Amino acid sequence: MSHSAKPGETYYAHQFEDAAQSHESITLGMWIFLITEVMFFGGLFAAYTIYRAQYSAAFDEGSHMLDITLGCFNTVVLILSSLTMALAVRCAQLGKMTGALFNMVLTLGLGTVFLGVKAVEYTAKFQHGLVPGPNFAPHGVHSFGLELYYSLYFALTGMHAVHMIIGAVILMVIIGLTAKGKINKTYNSPIEIFGLYWHFVDIVWIFLFPLLYLLGRH
Amino acid sequence: MILFGFNLLPAQASTAALSVDLVYLYIVAVTVFFTALIYGLVMFFSIKYRRRSESERPKPIEGNHLLEIIWIAVPLVIVLTMFAAGTIVYFYIFHPPKDGIQMYGVGKQWMWKFQHPDGRREINDLHVPMGTPVKITLTSEDVIHSFYVPAFRVKTDVVPGRYVQTWFEATKPGEYHLFCAEYCGTEHSRMIGKVIVMKPEDYAKWLSGQDVSSTGPKLSMVERGAKIFQDMRCATCHAPGTAAGLGPKLEGIYGHDVALEGGQTVKVDDGYLRESILLPTKRIVKGYQPLMPTYQGQISEEDVLSVVAYVKSLTPQAAPADAVAGGTPSDAAATAGTAKD
Amino acid sequence: MQTQKKPSYLSADHTIGSWLLTQDHKRIAIMYLVAVTLFFLIGSILALLIRLELLTPAGDLLQSESYNRVFTGHGVVMVFLFLIPGIPAVFGNFLVPIMIGARDMAFPKINLASFYVFLAGGVMILSAIVFGGLDTGWTFYTPYSSSYATGRVTIGALGAFTVGFSSIMTGLNFLVTIHKMRAPGLTWFRLPLFIWAHYATALIMVLGTPVVAIAIVMVALEHLFGFGFFDPTKGGDPVLFQHLFWFYSHPAVYIMILPAMGVISELIACFSRKRIFGYKLVAFSSLGIAIIGFLIWGHHMFVSGQSAYAGLVFSLITYIVAIPSAVKAFNWTATLYRSSVSWKTPMMYVIGFMGLFAIGGLTGLFCANLAVDVHIHDTYFIVAHFHYIMVGGTIMGYLGALHFWWPKMTGRMYSEAWARLSAIFVFFGFNLTFFPQFLLGYLGMPRRYHFYPEEFQFLNIMSTAGASLLGLGYLFPIFYLMWSLKKGEQAPANPWTAKGLEWETTSPPPTTNFDKTPVVTEEAYAYEK
Repeated sequence: MSHSAKPGETYYAHQFEDAAQSHESITLGMWIFLITEVMFFGGLFAAYTIYRAQYSAAFDEGSHMLDITLGCFNTVVLILSSLTMALAVRCAQLGKMTGALFNMVLTLGLGTVFLGVKAVEYTAKFQHGLVPGPNFAPHGVHSFGLELYYSLYFALTGMHAVHMIIGAVILMVIIGLTAKGKINKTYNSPIEIFGLYWHFVDIVWIFLFPLLYLLGRH
Repeated sequence: MILFGFNLLPAQASTAALSVDLVYLYIVAVTVFFTALIYGLVMFFSIKYRRRSESERPKPIEGNHLLEIIWIAVPLVIVLTMFAAGTIVYFYIFHPPKDGIQMYGVGKQWMWKFQHPDGRREINDLHVPMGTPVKITLTSEDVIHSFYVPAFRVKTDVVPGRYVQTWFEATKPGEYHLFCAEYCGTEHSRMIGKVIVMKPEDYAKWLSGQDVSSTGPKLSMVERGAKIFQDMRCATCHAPGTAAGLGPKLEGIYGHDVALEGGQTVKVDDGYLRESILLPTKRIVKGYQPLMPTYQGQISEEDVLSVVAYVKSLTPQAAPADAVAGGTPSDAAATAGTAKD
Repeated sequence: MQTQKKPSYLSADHTIGSWLLTQDHKRIAIMYLVAVTLFFLIGSILALLIRLELLTPAGDLLQSESYNRVFTGHGVVMVFLFLIPGIPAVFGNFLVPIMIGARDMAFPKINLASFYVFLAGGVMILSAIVFGGLDTGWTFYTPYSSSYATGRVTIGALGAFTVGFSSIMTGLNFLVTIHKMRAPGLTWFRLPLFIWAHYATALIMVLGTPVVAIAIVMVALEHLFGFGFFDPTKGGDPVLFQHLFWFYSHPAVYIMILPAMGVISELIACFSRKRIFGYKLVAFSSLGIAIIGFLIWGHHMFVSGQSAYAGLVFSLITYIVAIPSAVKAFNWTATLYRSSVSWKTPMMYVIGFMGLFAIGGLTGLFCANLAVDVHIHDTYFIVAHFHYIMVGGTIMGYLGALHFWWPKMTGRMYSEAWARLSAIFVFFGFNLTFFPQFLLGYLGMPRRYHFYPEEFQFLNIMSTAGASLLGLGYLFPIFYLMWSLKKGEQAPANPWTAKGLEWETTSPPPTTNFDKTPVVTEEAYAYEK
C-alpha cells in the first residue's frame, strides 16, 4: 500500500477519475456502512424498547445493580477518545503526521481502558450470578424479567465491545502504517474515515449508557 | 367444485367457508383475466411484430401518460376491492361470537390434546356439534404449532407462553382433517388429527356416552380444576371465603380490572390467570408481596386450563353454567390474554 | 471503438493467483458465477430429493428427520447462496461499472472480500447441513431453533449471517459506484434500467440485511447460552423473532426479483429494438418496490397472534406494493407494440418470464388477502406462489441474462438450437411442477409435510414429473455453455446489435473496460438510431 503521489497532489486508486471522486466515494461508502450499523443495533434497541415497556420493574432493578461509577467513567473515557480521534483527523488534514500519530495512540489507549473496565464489570456480573442462562442466580427476590434485562445488557454491550475491539485492531494497523509513512500527507483518508467509525461506536455507547445504567435513578 | 374430475376446493363445512371461497374465486377471476391479458398481448405482439429483417428500426414510443395513469388507477381500485372483501370476511373469522361452546386445546410435539368443558379429553380427534359456534382456546407446551382445519378455512398459530383463540361454526357433519401448519420439528407431518362434526343429537349422545377416556370418576374441567387447586395447596394463600389472605381473593374477579403494583391495571382474563400461575411475579396485584412460587414445570398446560376454568367459575355469571357451556360467555373469554394483543 | 490489441480481462494473466487475488470486477463476477452455479446444483439435488419423497403419501424414501434437513437445506442454499447473490453478484458485478462507463467498482478490494466472505458463509452452511444437519426450516422460527432443535443451528445460522455480510458489501459497492462514478453525460435518467434495478436492490441489501443479522445473533445467543429473548419462561416472546426475521426477509424477496426485472428491461429493449415504454415510471417503480417493500413484513404473520389491526395495515400496504410491479408488466408489454421482436434465446426467457411472473405476482394478491391467507398460509399455495416468482421470475431472468451477456463475458457464442430447447423445457417443466401446487395448497396440504393424506397424491405426482423436465432444462445449459467455451464461434463486440456501453467495448472486454472514459450524449435504448 505504498501511496506516494507527486508533491502537492493526493493519491487516489486507479478506478477513480480523480482525487475528489476518490475522496467522495470513500466517505459515502463509510457513511453507508454506518447506516448498516444503525440498522444492526436497531434490532436490539427495538427488542429493548418492547421488553422495557413490559418489564419496567425488572429493568429498573437490573439497572440499579450496575456500577454507575464505572459506567460514568467509561462514558467519559470514550468521549475523550472521540476527542483525541478528532484531533488526529485534524492533524492529518494539516499534514502534521506526528500529531496525528500521537493522538491516535492516545485514542487507542483510551479505548483499551474502556475495554478493561468492561472486563472488570463483566467479571463482577459473572461472580454475582447475573449471566443469563443455566447459571443465572441473582441474590434475593427480583421482579420477573431480570434475566431478560441481562440478556439485553450482555447482547448490547457485548456487540458494542466487539465493535470496539475491531476498531482497536484497525486503529493499530493505521497507527503502524502512519508510523512507517505509508499513510502520509498525500494519503490520509484512512484516518478520516476511521474517525467516522470511531465516533459512531462512541455514539452507540452514548445511547446504551442511559438506557442500561440510568434507568429509574432520581 | 369439481373440474375434470378433480376437487378444486376442499369441503365447505363451516359458516366461513363459503365467504372465503367467494373472495378466493373473485381473485382467481382477476388473476386469470390479467394473466390472459398480459400473456396474450405479449405472445400476440411477439408474433405479430416479429422481426422480418435486421434493418428494421421501429419508431420509439416514449410513453403515454394517460395510459400509465389508467394502468395504475385501475389495478389500484381492483386491489382495494380485494382488500375490502378480505378484511370484512377476516373480521368475521377473527372475532368469536358471544355465544357458543368453549373448548380447550394444547399442542405439543407432536400431538393435539383437547379438553371438553365436561372433562372429556381427546387426543388428535375433536368431536364438535354442528350448528353451534365452537370457540377453542389453545396454547403450546413447547414450540409454535398451528391449528388448521382446511374444511373450516380456519387457522391460528399456537404459541407457547400465551393463549390464542379461534372459532368456527360447522355446517356439515363429517370428518375433516386437522393439520399442524407450523413446522414444529421431526414429526410435524404426523401431527394430523380429525375434527368430527356431529349432528346435535348425535353429539349429545356422544357426550353422555360410555366411552370415558380416563379411568375413575369423570370430572368436568371445573371439578378437575378445583381438585388441583386443593392438591397444589393454592388454598393456603387464596382460600376462598377468607377476608385477608396472603394472596388476592379469587371470587368475583374474573372479567374485572385489577390494579397492579407499579400503577397499571390489567383485566383478569384466561391469559392473566395462566400467567399468574406460571409467571406469578410478572404482574403482581397492588398491595401484595411477590411471594407466590411459580408452578412452571409442576403443572401441565392442560391442568392450567382446568384451574383457570375453576377460577372462572368463582365469578357468578348471568348465563347458567351447564356441563356443555363450561366457559363463561363473557367478553373476557374472547380475548387472547396478553398485553401485546 | 476498441482496437483488438489490448488483451481481454480473461487473457490478461493466467496464473491462479491472478484470479484468486484479482481486483477486476469482471473476474470476481466469473468466480461468483462458478460458485453460485455450484450452490444451485446442490440446492437442486435437495429439491429432487423432496420431489421424490413426495411421490408417495407415506414417508418412505426419507425418514422424518432427514426430510426436514433436506427441505431446510434446499431453502437455505437456494435463498442465501443462489437467489440473493445470484444476479447482482454475477451480472451486477460484471456489468455495473461497464454500463456506467467506469473502469471498475468503487471498492475493488471490498468486492473481492465479498466473494471470500460469501464462500466462507457457504462453507459454514454446507457444513451445518452435512455434519449433523439443520432442520429448522430456512426461516429458523423460535423457540424451535433457539431452544429445541438438535443439530447445527448455530453454525448454520452464523453461515447465513456471514453471507449477509457479503450481501452488504456488494450493495455498498453498487450504491457508491452508481452515485459517484458515472461517465460524463450519464445523468440519472439516461442510466439503463438494469442500473436502476440494481440501485434499488442495493438499498434493500444495505438497509435490511443488518436486521436479520441481529436476529440471527440473538438466536445464536439463545441457543448457545440460554439468553431469554424468545423464551416465554423468561419473559421473552417467540413472535419477536418473526418480526425481526421478516423485517429483512420480506424486502429480501425484492432483492431476489428486482435485478431480474432489470435484466428483463434490457432484454426487451434489445430484442424488440425499442426504447422501454415509460422509462421514468419503470425506474421509479424499482425504487417504489424497494421502499414500500420495507413496510409489509407482517403479511407473513397474519395468523401468528398479531392483532387484527396490524394485519389490516400490512394487508393494505401489501396490496399497494403490487402496483409498481403491475406497472412494469404493463410497460414491458406496451414496449412490444409496433416493435421488431427477435425470438432469440434471451427473448424466449423473457417471454417465459412475462407469463410466469404474471402468475406469480398475481397470486400474491391471494396471499395479501387477510381472509384467504388464513386458509392458505403455510400451505403449498404459498410454496407455489414464491416459486413462480423466484424460479419463474428470478431464474428465468438469470438464464436470460446468462444467455444475453455470455458472448460479452466469454467472447463465445453458444448453440442457439440447444439453448432454445432448454428454454422450452424450463418453461413447461416449471409450470407442470408448480401449478398443481396452487391446487394442493387451497385443498389444504400444509408445507413441510412428507406424510400426507392420500387424496393429495395425484397432484404431487404431476409436480414431480414436472420437476424432472425442469431439471433437464437446467442441466442442458451447463453442457452447451461449457462446450461453447472451447468450440463456440468467436463473438463480435455486439452480437445482438444492442445499445448500451457494454456493447461498445470488445467481447470480452479489456481489464480496464474502456480505452478512454466514454462520454454519453444520448438517452438509454436509442434503438431508433
